[in-house]
Amino acid sequence: MSARPKTPRPPKSAAPCKDEDIALAFYRQMVLIRRFEERAARGYAEAKIGGYCHLNLGEEATVVGLMAALQPDDYVYASYRDHGYALARGISPERVMAELYGRTDGVSKGWGGSMHLFDVDARLMGGYGIVGGQVPLATGAALAVAHRGGAEAVLCQMGDGTTNIGAFHESLNLASLWDLPIVFVVSNNGLGMGTTVEGSSAEPDLFKRASAYRMASERVDGNDPVAVHAAALRALTHARSGKPFLLETVTERLKGHSVVDPAGYRTREQKAQLLAGDALSAYAARLTERAILTDDATREIDEAAMAAVDASVRFADASAHPATSTLFDYTYATAVPNDSRRLPGQPLFPAAARPGETMSEKAPA
Amino acid sequence: MTVISYRQALHDALREEMQRDADVLLIGEEIGRFEGSYKITAGMLEEFGPRRVRDTPIAEEGFTGAAIGAAMVGLRPVVEIMTINFSLLAIDQIVNHAAKIYGMFGGQARVPLVIRTPGGGGQQLGATHSQNIELYYAFVPGMKVVAPSTPADAKALMLAAIRDDDPVLVLENLALYNTTGEVPDVVEPAEIGRAAVVRTGSDITVIGYSRMAVIAREAAEVLAREGIDVEVIDLRSLRPLDRVTIVTSVKKTSCAVVLEDDWLTYGIGAEIAATISDGAFDWLDAPVRRVAMAEVPMPYAKSLEMAALPSLADAIGAIRATLDARARRA
Repeated sequence: MSARPKTPRPPKSAAPCKDEDIALAFYRQMVLIRRFEERAARGYAEAKIGGYCHLNLGEEATVVGLMAALQPDDYVYASYRDHGYALARGISPERVMAELYGRTDGVSKGWGGSMHLFDVDARLMGGYGIVGGQVPLATGAALAVAHRGGAEAVLCQMGDGTTNIGAFHESLNLASLWDLPIVFVVSNNGLGMGTTVEGSSAEPDLFKRASAYRMASERVDGNDPVAVHAAALRALTHARSGKPFLLETVTERLKGHSVVDPAGYRTREQKAQLLAGDALSAYAARLTERAILTDDATREIDEAAMAAVDASVRFADASAHPATSTLFDYTYATAVPNDSRRLPGQPLFPAAARPGETMSEKAPA
Repeated sequence: MTVISYRQALHDALREEMQRDADVLLIGEEIGRFEGSYKITAGMLEEFGPRRVRDTPIAEEGFTGAAIGAAMVGLRPVVEIMTINFSLLAIDQIVNHAAKIYGMFGGQARVPLVIRTPGGGGQQLGATHSQNIELYYAFVPGMKVVAPSTPADAKALMLAAIRDDDPVLVLENLALYNTTGEVPDVVEPAEIGRAAVVRTGSDITVIGYSRMAVIAREAAEVLAREGIDVEVIDLRSLRPLDRVTIVTSVKKTSCAVVLEDDWLTYGIGAEIAATISDGAFDWLDAPVRRVAMAEVPMPYAKSLEMAALPSLADAIGAIRATLDARARRA
């Protein structure tokens, strides 16, 4: 196995620098996520990436604003649309791309794929492929923090569609009853696959659902990383005082549900409108207007992102496929006798001698 | 050695582990103030306080999932699901999350979780409260499923489950809670994944688990009076399944009967019969018989319920029939 670049601990978010620097840092990360996701789509088309592949295209401002608000020891649970969260949490693009490629140097060693990114050092506690699967889990992590009297908070990210499953409601109720340090974040991009929020949610103002659990909540413009960051800081402060919070970030999904979805449920006009209102371009325009971003800087940032993404592809391509001899390495953490290690074509028992013939007693595969 | 009940053995195991390890906590419906629907957690709230004995709302998916999440970051929660029937409300969290998290993330997060839950019928609880669906969990790699039949095993397997770093479902049984047996004064954790030959014999192998392992021992005692020498295997662990112990026994006795409290079609007995076919085909002198529950939603009426449940008489009948089948071939 080649050297695994370790995830550096994310820098303290206690605003060490000027607003301009923070704004530029946000922009830099947004561009990196944009270029990474575009490259992931290409990798999928090239059949380098398999399975399902859901991209954060259009959601970069939300992703970056949220992750910047966290302390290094805070826990993050995410949905399956998780690439951007991993990158913004400081995990190297190399290890994220290697995971999409299903290689040993991937964040989950090739066992998770696009939907299941995990990094214990970054306290990214997983992307989850089952809608809402992460919500009770994140609530439990917050229970553990509270149980031990820790200062950490948990950020549990989910999509708008998640707010209709039972686990969401059960978890909000538990978090509120038990005073848990958790921020539930609903990234509302308006669509659960092809179904609109209005078409699926009797209360489409999703942040209002918190009121059923006497939980504080807020809706914020998810296309503005600065606003998301500020709202997330407020929510986290609230959570650390032992009161959970529901934050709704209203954003857009630029493309289909996953890379294979042409989004036929959107009209040509809607698609054009989406691209015209793209958060990344809008944020760039804002920074340019405020003279924070120059043409040279825009070019430099874009080139740096492209270089990082290209390097991630080279790294992923060079990383080894997991050896088939490792197939049974992760069924159990505590070794157990009689654990099955049989490959599909193997018999349960080795060919046996007939009764009366000598044979050695062999364990089944 | 002390004679205690299966209920007391479970209680003692939980209490000892709570005293030994501050990371162990109990989570479930009615386990604190109510002291548990079946009183396994009696006195726990008073001794350990509400932070370690967490009463929950009726929300199996939520609190089971929360226990999994707490386990991911280092606690060792023991969840009580009031009966295994209600585990269906939490099955996504158990199957898609508890059982997958260690593998799916390449071994980066462990889930040292115990789910305690009783199965069993015979209490006129009707169709939704009398099922034995441990198979659903024993089917899933990543899960460990144990099913003690005696107080001693109940304690030893519960200790092992709590100290294990994987999710372990401990199948208790409504009909066994009041049964008694000898338990050593100091109990070591059992090794999960091992069956036990609880009675050696030379004529026939009878395999069971949980309540049906008790029935197997009773059948062996009855038949011993007639000079029939039954070997009894108590599976104890449903996943992993100790196939070697089963096959080794059948190679000695040349015939087998499986007793199970679940439905026959696709059931645990089918897996054991297939194991015997794979591992001891040339030794078999009679088809493997299975005694299992009638394939109906469990009725409320006592007469119908008794007809649906496998009994000691059913077990003895199947053993005799299998021995007859062997005699005809000899």
